[in-house]
This record gives sequence, structure tokens and C-alpha cells, in this order.
Amino acid sequence: MNFTSPPYLTQNVSVRRIMLQVLAALLPAIGVYLWLLGPIVLVQLAIATATALAAEAVMLKLVDKPLGLFLGDGSAIVTAWLIALAFPPMAPWWLIVVGVAFAIVVAKHLYGGLGQNPFNPAMIAFAVCIVSFPALMSRWPSLNMDASFADHVAVMFGQLPRLDAMNGATPLDTLKTALKLGEGQVSVGAILADTRIFGRMGGHGWEWVAAAYLAGGLWLWQRKVIGWHLPLSFLGGMVALSGALWLWNPAQFASPLFHLFSGGTMLGAFFIVTDPVSGSTTPKGKLIFGFAAGLIAYLIRVFGGYPDGVAFSVLLLNLCVPLIDLYTQPPIFGMKGEK
Amino acid sequence: MITAILIMALGAVILGAALGYASVKFKVQGNPLVEKIDAILPQTQCGQCGYPGCKPYAEAIAEGEADINRCPPGGMEGVRKLADLLGREVKPLDAEEKPKQVAIIDEQLCIGCTLCVQACPVDAIVGAAKQMHTVVASLCTGCELCVKPCPVECIHMERIVENIDTWKWKYPVFEIKRVA
Amino acid sequence: MFSLFKFKGGIKPPTYKADSVRFPIAAAPVPAQLIVPLHQSIGGQPHPLVQAGDRVRKGQRIGAPDKWISSAVHAPTSGTVIAIEERLAAHPSGLPTLSVVIEADGRDEWIKRQPVDYGRLEPEQVRELLRDAGVVGLGGAVFPSHAKLTAASDVPMEELVINGAECEPFMSCDDLLMRERGEDIVRGIGIFRDLLQPKRVLIGIEDNKPEAIAAMQAAVKAVGENFEVIAVPTLYPAGGAKQLIRVLTGKEIPASKRSPDLGVQCFNVATAYTAWRAIAFGEPVISRIVTLTGNVAQPRNWEVLLGTPLRDLVPLMQPKADTNRYVMGGPMMGFDMPGLDAPIVKATNCIIASSPAIFPPPAPEMPCIRCGACAEACPHELQPLELYWFARAHNFGKTQEYNLFDCIECGCCSYVCPSRIPLVQYFRFAKSEIWAREREKENADAARERFELRNEREEREKAEKAERLAKAAAARVAAPTQQPADTGQPATEQPAFDPDAAKKAAIAAAMERARKQREQVKPKNTDELTVAQRKEIAEIEARRVPLQEPQNASNAEIQRAQREEE
Repeated sequence: MNFTSPPYLTQNVSVRRIMLQVLAALLPAIGVYLWLLGPIVLVQLAIATATALAAEAVMLKLVDKPLGLFLGDGSAIVTAWLIALAFPPMAPWWLIVVGVAFAIVVAKHLYGGLGQNPFNPAMIAFAVCIVSFPALMSRWPSLNMDASFADHVAVMFGQLPRLDAMNGATPLDTLKTALKLGEGQVSVGAILADTRIFGRMGGHGWEWVAAAYLAGGLWLWQRKVIGWHLPLSFLGGMVALSGALWLWNPAQFASPLFHLFSGGTMLGAFFIVTDPVSGSTTPKGKLIFGFAAGLIAYLIRVFGGYPDGVAFSVLLLNLCVPLIDLYTQPPIFGMKGEK
Repeated sequence: MITAILIMALGAVILGAALGYASVKFKVQGNPLVEKIDAILPQTQCGQCGYPGCKPYAEAIAEGEADINRCPPGGMEGVRKLADLLGREVKPLDAEEKPKQVAIIDEQLCIGCTLCVQACPVDAIVGAAKQMHTVVASLCTGCELCVKPCPVECIHMERIVENIDTWKWKYPVFEIKRVA
Repeated sequence: MFSLFKFKGGIKPPTYKADSVRFPIAAAPVPAQLIVPLHQSIGGQPHPLVQAGDRVRKGQRIGAPDKWISSAVHAPTSGTVIAIEERLAAHPSGLPTLSVVIEADGRDEWIKRQPVDYGRLEPEQVRELLRDAGVVGLGGAVFPSHAKLTAASDVPMEELVINGAECEPFMSCDDLLMRERGEDIVRGIGIFRDLLQPKRVLIGIEDNKPEAIAAMQAAVKAVGENFEVIAVPTLYPAGGAKQLIRVLTGKEIPASKRSPDLGVQCFNVATAYTAWRAIAFGEPVISRIVTLTGNVAQPRNWEVLLGTPLRDLVPLMQPKADTNRYVMGGPMMGFDMPGLDAPIVKATNCIIASSPAIFPPPAPEMPCIRCGACAEACPHELQPLELYWFARAHNFGKTQEYNLFDCIECGCCSYVCPSRIPLVQYFRFAKSEIWAREREKENADAARERFELRNEREEREKAEKAERLAKAAAARVAAPTQQPADTGQPATEQPAFDPDAAKKAAIAAAMERARKQREQVKPKNTDELTVAQRKEIAEIEARRVPLQEPQNASNAEIQRAQREEE
């Protein structure tokens, strides 16, 4: 049957276009990494991308979906890049492979593929790896070390156990450890005074990465690829709780500014919570989702055992999406006064 | 020891009273399950299930005597709905699924014997003795019960064809594989 | 300054209107043969008033409305009715509909037209006049206008909204009508105003039609009315009745309410025009303005007689070589014309010659990524992504919970969907499935009721019969004292036996007659039977023989039961 259905006109949009724009929005942050760490970040991205495409191709073949259409949609590459950027730079190559493969095979395709995954695949990969390989996932390099590209590669492929400068902690972690060791005697201000680690706002070098995510995110918002609800409410949740505690006891709690520009806050706000598939879809639901994710991320990173909490908070909220959506269905045209 | 027994006894009394109250207050007249099953059955009253009508079949299903796959007019969809309602396994239909039909009397041949009138379970055939009979198409359930009794074989079944008012938009289907 | 309201959502597709507004409206030639479907409006199907062979004149009523929500149909030109039969309809189904086929005689002879001064008539008479003139909503919905011209009894009519927005791309028939025949439109609006008695009359026109706005303003002034002509922002679907009402009055009408309940009513400009022609000139609706555009050399608006087959319009538009089909209506809500024989009807506002370049074939459907673009674009603030999910899963109950029937099928969601999901198609599918199920449910309920009634009646009859038998037995027990038993017995048996035998004989005779008749009829298609078929027939015949016996027995039984009733 000659089947055509209205509307005959469609906007020039596609899943592929959306995904490509997300990838483009990640470029500033990749640029900052490149500037601070050197080309090793590209190696990490390449490993992730290759693994994602291979895993995607195998899974598509298994479920007998058209390869050209789905491989080209770019969604696997977005997942790969997010994982590569969320993992510590210079993480062992196999850790990236395991993370990406798990994200694509289990978190995405076992749930039905594109559009069907209830959890954010990149965050599933992060959570699985940090639970399985906590030491490796906490081994973050400081961004002001000077080591050659060859050394970087050697670390990544297990030829060198570690570099001296890889003190094994993010600024967030350093702060948490210092506060714990100080047992209430050391103030946050004193700890953060070490600008070699903490930079001006959220960690030497890392604040630039965060700023780059912010820039990319704002561009996505301006292009209407993402809405304002999720990022703003996520940052709002983070600021609300960190701000309240900071005002209450500035000696023991870092300022909201520090939290905004450290760890995965910006990446989370603009690239993780905004994942439409696993997130809430109603305007009100998005605000709840983002705000709660921000709150929980803060709680985990400050009071929990992990260096950062974005992954777990987002996954927790992913679980609540059906409930949130059910109770936040907006009133329809003409029915606003009712019920 | 005594207190424990007393508490348990008290609990039993309270729960018993609550149950007793509930059974009086929420007493259900008749068997609601039969009604629910009957609502799913297509009401053709054709007897193809082996029961004299949809309601008796519904009762038999509710009693657990009859299987859920014996209603050809209800089709597989009906079987699925019944399986859903009763929490039973979906089974393939016991007979062939037929498209919806309507009985047509050849008025040239009809001798006015009223046998079909009496056979029709839903009174959809009109006509008096020695007068020509006709089927009221909108009331006919397509049960075929009138076909056999006719001594002159003037009744046949016709498939109901879609017209512009009963036409349905189709489920969108795209050849997704073609592109690859 | 008039303050406008906004509706949420909406899209801005390219308009493609410029081509077809360069030339004035022209009259399309009278075709040799017209196919006038009887059912051209919402509501009951009009019944034909003519027969094959009848001569009809232009404007003569050929289909009479069959109930209040229904509208008359007229002969578009003079000629001879050659058939009343099922013909291909201008409908997405591609199914036929009962149509009056008229062969034009070329004389285009009018009936006697009777202009009326509607001011002297009762409102009810005016409504009847409009119904009998076939005035229906020409925006595309073809709802009988007379049925919309009654204000709610308890709500005062505040605004009368006249829809000149014409938001669908390509379409420009209303634009041209407003430019050229503004005064007739304004006078038609006057009729609606007089019937509804609203406080204000608002004419909404999208701001991409400055000429139409100016023409309507001039027309309003010329006629001396106080209607307000308002430019509304160009945003599809601003021309949807509910959206235009929202923009002009701020009122939102949900699917569960009718607009008069909120003190507002809406008509298309072309409807107002035909209402005026019908009342003041006695000209029923026999033609309409149709935009012929798209992949053609001559995009233009034509006044086309209803019933003109699409085939006869092709030479007027001169489609380019790569034209692959014709779309009736706009690109957002239209549908493929099922064939060149399908006629122009009252709902045909536009015919777009389509080519793969203008309307590319649909891209492959990808899975929904829940991006929510559809929800943002939906002018009725629905959640198409949820509706899609449920419609796809055939979970129709849920689709209704998510307000499926508030969907106006405007196509905004499909337009913005990055996964290219034909969302509207899913919603239409779900709607028609729900309707079909409701029909089936109604039929099943009716069947159940009739079955139960019949069972009850049979029970009752059985009980009555038993009672009568018991009485008779009691009478017999009482009888022997008065009458000898041996004389009574044959007296009662004998007359009962006779009619029974007579009936049996009658049935046997009838069966014989029928058998003979069948034998005469039979040999029609038995000439070229295969061996297998012959064998099958033989088997069936063999099976029939024993069947006759028990049937006769049961016949006799039934006859006896009947006799007892008598």
C-alpha cells in the first residue's frame, strides 16, 4: 500500500542532529583538557568511541536492527564521550572499555536500545566501575603536573604504575579528607587556600573544565537542544543545600561556588540530567528531577563515601521518573481550572 | 503469658468483627466475575462454545468448567482479554477465526416457515408464518444459527465489508529494514 | 489597542502561499460529468431526492438532510442524473460513497432563485434555510452551520469569532476570498451576528495576509458594521477554531465542552460568504474556492463546482512532470486523494500537487527518545510522547486517560519529532479503534439485551403453556361426569391432527417448489468445476440427505407448539 501520512512537512530535525549538537557542545571541555593534559584525552575518547561503536554494532546485529540507521544516530558516541570525560583521565584503557561496553550492552541494549533505557547509560558505567574498581576510579591526576605524552600513554596501558603527580584525589576528595583529618579544627578556608590544588573556585584547572561544560551547555540551551528546567533546577538544588550549610557553618562547608565548579556538577547539569530518555518529561517533573538530583549529589559528595555524587543521584532519580511523571502531568488546554 | 494470650485473643476478636462487618457491608449480589466475563464475550449467542449463549459460557468459565479459547467470534483478542481477566494462560483459539458476518435471506426462496425466526437468539429476523422473512442486519450477530434450520437453504452468511463510516485508520507501519 | 492572548505550542512551517495569490480567483469550467457525494458534511447522510434519468437544474436540491445535524446537497449545474451509486470518495480510506452522478448539459440553467429578507423571518426559519441551502463549515470541518447558530440558553453569547486565519501552508482560498468578496463575507457575518446576538464580532486574520486584512477592514467600513478586524500572529495552528478563539478572547474550549457554553462561537469566512449568497441571492452551496497549488505551473485559486472530478482540474493547474500524487487539504492535516476520479467536495479547500521534492517521503521511524519536543509544540498541551507510547501498545484506555480526544490532529508533534514518528497517525489509529470498540460494545450490549429478553419470553411462554396444560388436565379430570371419555377423545384429537397434516403437506409442497427453483438456479456456475469441487459437492449432497429427516421431525414439533399457542 502506498502509505503516506500527514503532516507532509517536517522540520529539519533528527536524532542524529541532536546527538551531533551534544557532541559539539562537549568540544570546549575537550579543548580545555587538551590544553591542560595534552593529547592523552583524545586517546581516552578514541578508545571509548571505538568500544561504543563496536558494542553498538554487535548489539544491533543481534536484535536485527538496521545498522546504518542506528549506528549513525550518534547516541552511542555521546554515551562514549560522556563516559570518557566522566572517568578519571588516564584511567586504564580496559576500564574505559569495560565501562563503555557495560553502558552500551547492558544499560542500553538489554533494556531495548535507543529510547528504552530507564537509566542513564553513562552513569551506569560510572557507578559500576566505581563500585567494582574504587581505587582506579579515584586515581585522578592533578592537572598541573608535567609529564610527557609517552608517560601518559604508559600509565594508561599499564606500563607505568602511576606518576608521582597522580596524588589520587580530586579537589573534592582532598577537601573531604582534609576536613576529616582536621576533626573540626581545620577550616575550609585554610584548606582551600592551597591554590595549587584548589585554584580559585573549584580546583586548579578543573574549574576551567567546568566552565567549558557550562559554555557548551549554554550553547545547547540556546540551540534549544536542552531546556532550562533540568540544568537550572539541578544547579539550584546544589546551590540551595550547599548554600544553606555554608551560611550555617562556613568553616566546615565549602561555598556553593566551589561546589558548582568542582567535580561533575557542570557536566551533570548540562549533559547528564538533561538526558531525555531516562529523565522526567513534564515541566514540573523536570524541576523536581533536577532539584532532587542536585540535592542528593551534594549529600553524597559531602557526607557519603564517594568522591562525587552525580552518578548515584541521577540513577536514583531515574528510578523515580515514572512516579514523578505520573504525578506531574500538566493540565491540558481548556482544563486548567479543573481538578 | 496471660497478657500475650489476651492480646492475641483481642486481636482475633477485632479482626473477626471487622471481617464480619465487611462481609455484610460489602456483600456482592450474584457473581461479578460472570458479569465481567460476559462483558468480554461478543454476545453473538452463537453457541459455538458448546453452551447455549454467551452468559452460560461465561458462567461455565467462571466455574472453571470451560476453557477460555472456545469463542471463535471473540477471536484471539477475546482470548487474550479473558486470560488477562482471569490470570490464565493465553491459548490458541479452539476454532478458526472468522471475519464478522451477517445473515442474508434470499427472499425469492423463503417460504415463510418461521423456523429461522425461532432459531435466532437475538430476535433479529422478522416475518410471520407464510410471509417472507428478512434479517434486520443491524441486529444480526452473525451467529449462523438460522442457516441450518432453514428447510429450503435460503439463508447465507455474508462478510461485513468496511464502509466509509466504519473505516479505521491503520496502525502506522514502516519498513524499517529497507533503509539499512 | 486590542490585546491578544497566546496559545502554547505551535510551529512555524514555511508558508508557500505567495505563488497562489498572484492571480485573482477564476471560475473553473463546468466538467462533462459531476460526481456529487450525498454525504458532504458532518452528521446524517442526506437521502437522494432524484432518480437516475431525472433532469436537474443548477441549484436544485438533490439530497435532503436526514436529521437536524445534516445538510442538503444540490446539483452544481443543470443536466441529467445518470446514476445514483457508490463512487470513489474524497476520503483517505479510498472507499466509495453514495453519489449522484450528473451529466452536464452545458446550459448551466439555474432553478428559480428566491432571495429572502432574513430580517423578517424567525431565527428558526433562517437556520432551516441555511440547512436547506447546504451551508456548512468550509474551513474543512464541514460541520452544518445552522446547528452552530443557537446560543446556549444559560450563557450569554459574548464573542463571535470569524476565522480568516488560514494557517495551513500552501492554502490561500480564504485569503483571496477576503480580498475579492469582503463585503459579502461581512454581510454573511451580519446574519450570524443577528442569530447569535454576540456582544462583539472579532475577525481574526494571520498577519501574513496584509491585503486581506486591509480588504476586510474596508469591507466592514463599507457595510457600516462595527466588527473588529484583528491581525493575529502567524503561528500554525492559529487557524484552528479553538486556537483562534483562545488568541482573540483568551477562552480555552476543552474537548468536553462546546464553544457556546463559554459564550463564544466561531465561523470560517467562506462559510459566512456562502450563508450570505444563500439568503440574499437564493444560491445554495454548489461551488467553493479551491487553491490549486504545489508542484504546478499555474498555482491559483479557482471557483470550482462541487462534484468536479480531480481529473478535470489537472489541466488547470498543469502539474510538473515529477508530480506523484495529489493532496487534498493542507500539508499538515490533508490526505492523499485516492484517485483522479474523486470529486471536489465542500471540505476541499486546497489541492496540492505533490512531488518528492515538495513532500519528501517519510524518513524511517526511530524510537522515541522522550525529548519532549512534541509536548512543547502541542497547542492543546497534551503529552504526545505518552499518548504515542500507549497507542503503540494498543493500550487505548490509557490513551483516553491522557486525553487522546483533545487531540485536534494538527500535526505539530509529528512536525517537530526528531525521531520522525508519525504521531498523528498513531493517534488517529487509536481514536478509530476506540470508536470501533464502542460501536462493537453497543452492538454486543444490544444483542445481550435482546437475548435475555428472548430467554425471558420463552420462559414465560413455557410457564404459561404448562399452566394451560394443567388446567386442561384438571378440566378433563372434571369432565368425565358430564361427557363420555371415548367420544370426547377423537373429537379433540381429530381436528388437531388435520391442520397439522395440512401444514406438513404445505411445507413439503413448498420445499418441493423451492427445490425446483433451486434446480433452475443452480447450473449457473457448475460448468467448469474441477474434479475436487465436484467431489465436494457430491459429499455435501450426501450429507444433506440424513439432515432432512431430523429437521422434518423438529419441524413437526415446532408446528405442534405453534398450534398450541393458537
